[in-house]
Amino acid sequence: MKRWIAFWNILLKDMRAYYLKPPNVSWGLIFPLAWTGMFFIKSGRGIESVLSLLPGVIAISILFGTTSMLSVTVTFEKKGRSFDRLLLAPIPVWLLMLAKTAGAILFGMANAFVPVILALFLGDLSRVDWALALPAVLMIAVVSTFLGLFVAVSVSEVFEAQTFSNFFRFPMIFLCGLFFPVDALPLFLRPLSYLLPLTYGVDILHGAIYGRNMMSLGVDFLAIAIFCVALFYFSLRNLYKKWII
Amino acid sequence: MSMTQGRSPFIETAELTKRFGAITAVDNMSFKVDQGEFFGFLGPNGAGKTTTINLLTGLARPDSGTIRIAGFECTNDTKAAQHLIGVVPDESNLYPELSGFDNLCFCAALYGMPKKVRRTRARELLEVFGLSEAADRKFAGYSKGMKRKLTIAAGIIHDPPVLFLDEPTTGIDVAGARSIRQLIKDLHRAGTTIFLTTHYIEEAERLCDRIAFIVRGRIVGADTVENLLRPAQGRHVMLATVSRSDQLLREKLAAAFPDCALQDLSGGRFRIESAEPIRIGMLVRFFEEHDVELLEARHIHPSLEDVFVRITGIEADLMKKEKEKTGGGT
Ligand SMILES: Nc1ncnc2c1ncn2[C@@H]1O[C@H](COP(=O)(O)OP(=O)(O)O)[C@@H](O)[C@H]1O
Ligand SMILES: [Mg+2]
Repeated sequence: MKRWIAFWNILLKDMRAYYLKPPNVSWGLIFPLAWTGMFFIKSGRGIESVLSLLPGVIAISILFGTTSMLSVTVTFEKKGRSFDRLLLAPIPVWLLMLAKTAGAILFGMANAFVPVILALFLGDLSRVDWALALPAVLMIAVVSTFLGLFVAVSVSEVFEAQTFSNFFRFPMIFLCGLFFPVDALPLFLRPLSYLLPLTYGVDILHGAIYGRNMMSLGVDFLAIAIFCVALFYFSLRNLYKKWII
Repeated sequence: MSMTQGRSPFIETAELTKRFGAITAVDNMSFKVDQGEFFGFLGPNGAGKTTTINLLTGLARPDSGTIRIAGFECTNDTKAAQHLIGVVPDESNLYPELSGFDNLCFCAALYGMPKKVRRTRARELLEVFGLSEAADRKFAGYSKGMKRKLTIAAGIIHDPPVLFLDEPTTGIDVAGARSIRQLIKDLHRAGTTIFLTTHYIEEAERLCDRIAFIVRGRIVGADTVENLLRPAQGRHVMLATVSRSDQLLREKLAAAFPDCALQDLSGGRFRIESAEPIRIGMLVRFFEEHDVELLEARHIHPSLEDVFVRITGIEADLMKKEKEKTGGGT
């Protein structure tokens, strides 16, 4: 019980201090809007293509919304030493890190709905399988957040975190089947795609939104879950090694 | 939670060692702190005080040695005793964007305190620390002294039986430092076990029941203030600074003052101790005869400062210089 008081208040504090701050709320809107605008309007492929573009736009909105937040809530707080307070609190480190990431996960999911709402006006979403799309959005938010966490605990400066995340983020736009299928990639790049967690999340979204997933959904969910566990595990390990000196 | 009561030590370390590459920050330290005791770690910058606190509180793990706090084996489990520990770090590290009140409530929540209790306790502490007026202002806008006070309040919000304070008055103005010392004294009087680090000799003397002198990661002496001062009672001590000194000069000095104990300190300084009053005139004449300029000579009263100099071989002035360098000063 005591632990959950701590968990909830860490989450609440981050929301108030970071996520619900006007600049973040507006960036949380502007980023997805910009992505959406760029792809929907300039695709020139007409309204039908809205459905085929939506998975990619959702994924990219989540990816950019979540990963950049961790460099603030974790790297920046560590640098300013207020993070030491959290390490001194009598709560297990895994729970602490879940609390620190929960805000980003929620923020990422909120970001995902910006393109969805826009798409409601542009296309017909009646065939979308929401019962599948929602868990997919959650999984993408979790895995992107944990990727951000992994980066955030591996560096000591905020700018390093940003640079390091871009190292993952930009290739993922092209390699994870966001806007063109992984099958369309040159053969030598394909193994790389399967090593990136977003590939599986986006595949579920393709399935949920217009029924065309490449892999079986079971494989997709399993793969993305494995990525979540592994990224979280290695983040904790890094944290132990670097921050509890 | 069961706590070890009574005589048994509250904090106990054995052969504690922590290295950073080639530097041994904490070198084979064994010490005990009793429940309710005010224990001081006195030493210059870089002596290993902060590292020791980090090891005890779970922000660092030892390379070897053991730590027990309140009967909990903390050596391999940094979390074991954290619910009993309050920490005031050397830097005021609360959240700049939160108000004083919200900062305290947040810290209380980290220890699982329910909302009502948090709010009552936060208000109470703001009152005690004279920060009620500033309760709703952001921490970022606080003065240094206010920041430090709020950081202490945050350290005791959960009523910990033991409080670690890392140089709580460094960098704080005289009035602020005085009121902080008073607050710490009150806490101790109310039963909190206190582990304080400082490089102010007077501060340690004034506050602590027992003091450990720390130099280069080692405890070079530890005792109650009373016991530390005892051998110095009734002795006469003089500190002399000369333009140059060498082995020969030292030998001649020892021969010329056979009743005095001589200690050679770095930088052409001598500590001269005697059961009889030392006459400056004789000292001046001696150095003149040997063509050495006596730059400074002064009596020091038997104080902890003198004991510190004798045990550590470190000039008390050196400690003062270091505190100025770090932006402190009184
Ligand atoms: N994280 C670290 N990495 C490397 N060296 C360190 C680290 N922390 C402390 N040290 C070194 O350990 C020694 C003791 O430092 P510290 O415990 O901060 O001393 P104090 O608090 O007494 O001033 C110093 O030589 C310092 O440079
Ligand atoms: Mg220190």
